[in-house]
Order: sequence, then C-alpha cells, then structure tokens
Amino acid sequence: MKRERPRALADYLPVAVPTAVLAIFFVMPFGIMVAISFFKRVQGGFYTPDFVFDNYARFLSAFFGRVLGFSMGLAALVALIAVSIALPFTVQLAALRGRAQVAWLVALLAVLSLSEVIIGFAWATLFSRTAGISNILAFLGAMARPVSLSPSFGAVLTGMVYQAFPYAVLILYPAVVRLDPALAEASRTLGASPVRAFLTVVLPALRHAVGATLILVFVFALGSYLLPQMLGQPQHWTISVLVTDQAVYQSNLPFAAAMAVFLVLACLGLIGIATLVGRQKELA
Amino acid sequence: MPDLVLEGLTRTFGAVNAVDHVDLTIKAGTFVCLLGPSGCGKTTLLRMIAGLEEPTSGSLRLDGRDLTHVPTHRRDFGMVFQSLALFQHLDVAGNIAYPLKLRNVPRERLEARVGELVDLVRLKGFEHRAVSKLSGGQRQRVAIARALAVEPSLFLLDEPLSALDAKLREAMQVELRELQRRLGITTIVVTHDQREAMTMGDLVVVMNGGRIRQAASPTEVYRRPADAFVADFIGTTNLIKVRRKGEVLLCEGGQLPRADIAGEGIVSIRPESLALVRPDRGTIVGTVSFVRDLGASVETFVSAGDQSYIVVASPDAWSPVQAGDKVGLTVAPGGVLVLPS
Repeated sequence: MKRERPRALADYLPVAVPTAVLAIFFVMPFGIMVAISFFKRVQGGFYTPDFVFDNYARFLSAFFGRVLGFSMGLAALVALIAVSIALPFTVQLAALRGRAQVAWLVALLAVLSLSEVIIGFAWATLFSRTAGISNILAFLGAMARPVSLSPSFGAVLTGMVYQAFPYAVLILYPAVVRLDPALAEASRTLGASPVRAFLTVVLPALRHAVGATLILVFVFALGSYLLPQMLGQPQHWTISVLVTDQAVYQSNLPFAAAMAVFLVLACLGLIGIATLVGRQKELA
Repeated sequence: MPDLVLEGLTRTFGAVNAVDHVDLTIKAGTFVCLLGPSGCGKTTLLRMIAGLEEPTSGSLRLDGRDLTHVPTHRRDFGMVFQSLALFQHLDVAGNIAYPLKLRNVPRERLEARVGELVDLVRLKGFEHRAVSKLSGGQRQRVAIARALAVEPSLFLLDEPLSALDAKLREAMQVELRELQRRLGITTIVVTHDQREAMTMGDLVVVMNGGRIRQAASPTEVYRRPADAFVADFIGTTNLIKVRRKGEVLLCEGGQLPRADIAGEGIVSIRPESLALVRPDRGTIVGTVSFVRDLGASVETFVSAGDQSYIVVASPDAWSPVQAGDKVGLTVAPGGVLVLPS
C-alpha cells in the first residue's frame, strides 16, 4: 500500500478523534498534574495556585530516595521474573495445536479480568497461616507446622509477578508465533542442544520483543499500589503507595503530584537509557 | 564407505501414514532427489533422516551405526531448510561460523574454515554483510555454507530452491550439483520439481502416498517408469488404455503396434514419440483440440473418443494444423512402454 503525505488540513481528519481523546483524557489531566505539582499546599485545606518548588524539595530526601530506589528495583525484578517465565512458556504455547492455544489464551485473559483487590486477597489467603499453602506443605510433611508467609517481600513479589505474567505472555505471543520454527530446528541440525538452540537462536531472534515486554511490564509494575499494601510491610511500599497515601489520605495533592511527575521522569529516563544501550549493542 | 540404510521407516500422523514402510539404501557420495507431489511424505522422510521427526517405526543406519533415536544435534548432518532459517542477528560470517562455535573450534581454525567456506560458495567480500541485505541466491549460498561448515556426513536440503525465480533456480541446480561432486558428500534433496530432480540426482526416488514408487537413475525413471504414477509424474506422457487383439493393441481412435501385453492394460507413450501425419497414414485418427506453440517446441493436443493425446514436435518437424483438423498419429519404434498394472 502506498501512503501519501497529508497535504490539506482535511487529510488529518481521520486522526482527529483519537487525537482529541488523547488530548482530553491523557494530555490535559497530565498537564493539570504537572501544574498542581508546583502549587502551594494549604495546611488543613487544599491548595492555592502558585509556582513553588517546595513539593519537589521535600521529595529530595533520603527516605523518598530509598522508596524510589526500592520501587524501581521491585518493578525491574517483577519484569525480569515475569518475562523469564513467560518467554519459555510462550514458546511452548506457540508449539501447541490451535485449539489448545486458544484455551490457554482465554485462561490468561481471565486472569487479566481479575481486579488487583481480588488478586491481593487471594494471595493473602494463600500465604496465610490458617488457610494457606503452608498448610498443604505441613500436611505433606515438608514443613513442621504452617507459617504465615505474608506480609513479606516474597509475597509482594509473587503477587506482582502473578499479575504481570499474563501481560508478558500476551505481548510476547505475536512475536513468538511469527518466529520461523525452522530457526530452532536449523540450530539443532547444526549441533545445538534444545536449550542451547533456545539461548543462541530463539532468544536473539526475539530480542526486540523481549526488550519491549520488559519495559512494558516494568512500567506496569511501577504503577502497582494495592499489592504492596496488601501483601507487604510498610518498608515494601512503593512510590505509588505513597502517592496514593498523600493524595487520598493526607489531602496533599501538590506533593502527590510532584512525586508522580518525578516517577514519570525517572521512568522515562530509565527507558531512554535502556533503549540507548540496546541500540548501542545493535550497532556493535 | 558409509551407506545410509533406511528400513521400514514409518511415520504416522493420527490415522495417516505420512511415510509408509520406506526401505532405501543410499550409497556414499550419491546425490539423491526425493521427488513427489506435495503431501507425498518426502519432507517427512527427510525430517526423519535429520532427526527432527521421530519415526513411528523402522530404523535408520549410517555406516552400520543405528541413528534411529540419536537426537538431531548429535547426528552431525548439514541441513538447508526451505525457509533457509538464516540467523538474522548474525552476519554472513557469523552464520557460517555458528556450528563451529558450538563445537568450540579454536579461533584461528575457525576463521580459516569460514574463509574456505566463503570461497567455496563465492561470497568473498560479503563476510560482514547482514543476511537481510543479501539477494536470494546469496542467502541460499550462506545457508549451504553454514550446513557444510563441519563437513557433515550427510547433506540434506528441503526444497532449497523453491523461493528463487526460474532462471536463478536452474543456475543454482547446476551449482549445487557441481559443489556436491567436488565434495563427494552424500546429499539428499527434497523437491517437487521433476526437472530439478533430473538435473541433479544420481538417484531419483519418486514418492507418492508415503511410499517409494520407484528409486532409479533419472534416465531409468524417465525411460522405464515403474508404474503409471511415475510415468505421469516424470515429464509429460500419454497414458493409454489398450486391449490386445491378435498382433495389435486396440485403443481409442485406432491401434498401436504390438507390445508385451495380454488382455487389457495401460501403456505410456512420451509426447515426443508420437508424430502427426495425414489421417490416412496414421494408425490412430483423431481431431486436433488445441495447439500450443512454445517457440522451441509445439504441443498439439489430439482427441479421439475419451482419449486425449499430446504430441510434441520441434517447429521444423511440425506440419501446420489447427484446432478442428482431422489428423493421424504414428508411434516411433520402441515408443510404446508397457506399464505394470
């Protein structure tokens, strides 16, 4: 198909509606948030329009630095684990017959339809001392007696990986399905064991899809604010939890906005660096 | 010398025998073409030889060693895939070096070997080109060099030339054949193109319905086809139903000279063994239904009753006829081939 450059204003009409939707529901709220982040907070009240850096200044403390570091680290770990499980899973899935593939994909979509609250409560129950998986382990004799596994860092991580996994699979799936099965076979005829064929041929062939999935799952995990509260202790709370706390419970919208803006900037910065590193490797 | 021996090799998919009790011995250094229509089992057979498909039953031996259950990566066979399966993340040299790196070949020897292979397939100067930036024929050569890098005992190719245009394909057929002759490597090529098989093969294995219908030299499958399927699949032929009557064979539109047949049967006559003559001089009389002038040759379709005859003649030997003309046909001596029923 040949695409012609738009010449008249009317040629832009088809994109007018999406542009308007983006502007009204995305750009404008984001702009308002950026604006509020510079407003002055009124103690016990709301805020007054102003242009102060107080909110950002408050943010530049060891405490928030630590929370930001923890949030990024947690999101990166979630992305890494979710993608390392999802990639072999998706490769196996793509090798199944059509009908089996559909069944798996429907099951994954069903997980996506669960709300974060339900996922949180489900895992909290599973990790509990009275009704959790440790009861099964104790029953089987693998454990002396049932213990409570939540709240803990492991519980937060498990819940978030569980939530991110279907996303990872669904993002990887199209690329994996398009991959020529002859690539892995060729690698095997050339002397690579199945595992080596995966690492030296399948993985490099999917590197762009894997990179994109890592970034998307990372951003997705960074926004998670319920699971760290439900399954973790206060030291496992992420920036998103603090943003919620400031905005909803402390009524400090300017500070919450400043944190959110900072999170977005930090996130964009990281993705930028990751993309640059990826491109550098490509050129090498 | 290592011979490849297939015994009762069978592969079943559901209720279908994709490959059905194939017995075949391939002498070392032979160029074999597995030929047949799509779905005849030729690719499945090749994939079983490569170890990519587990045989349902039967065995596979190379040089006396049973390979039936040896995994692909321990067979040391080189294979070229229909899609070529070049590794896009590696350049030309990287692709060719891949099997050598897997075997931890020391750097110096590896570089020397890659250099040899690049020369062998005439890709000098392209070593560091991305494979996506190569032409079809060059990509083909990279795939061949990569498959030959570790000097495999067996060289397998699955419809390797099907993606190329007709001219390039013919050139590559000759190139592949010369390469194989130079290296003396046992080679098995899957193809559905009978011209390709005739050009390259020492041994042409014609398959249909998962079975081998004939395994013989190109000349033999053409001149002495084992059955009607082979006669029809290899080149063009006239398959004619005949009935013996005294010293002649009766057929639609007339009669044929006597052949070794009792009662009813089927004979094959190649189009070039038939000649057009005046109606009163022919042993068969019919009506021209279509004339196709291909420049180098002229094909005339003659119908007589239910039977259609194809006659091929060079333009010089051809007397101008057109659709609707009544013509006679004569058969060159030795042109009638009796097919076992």
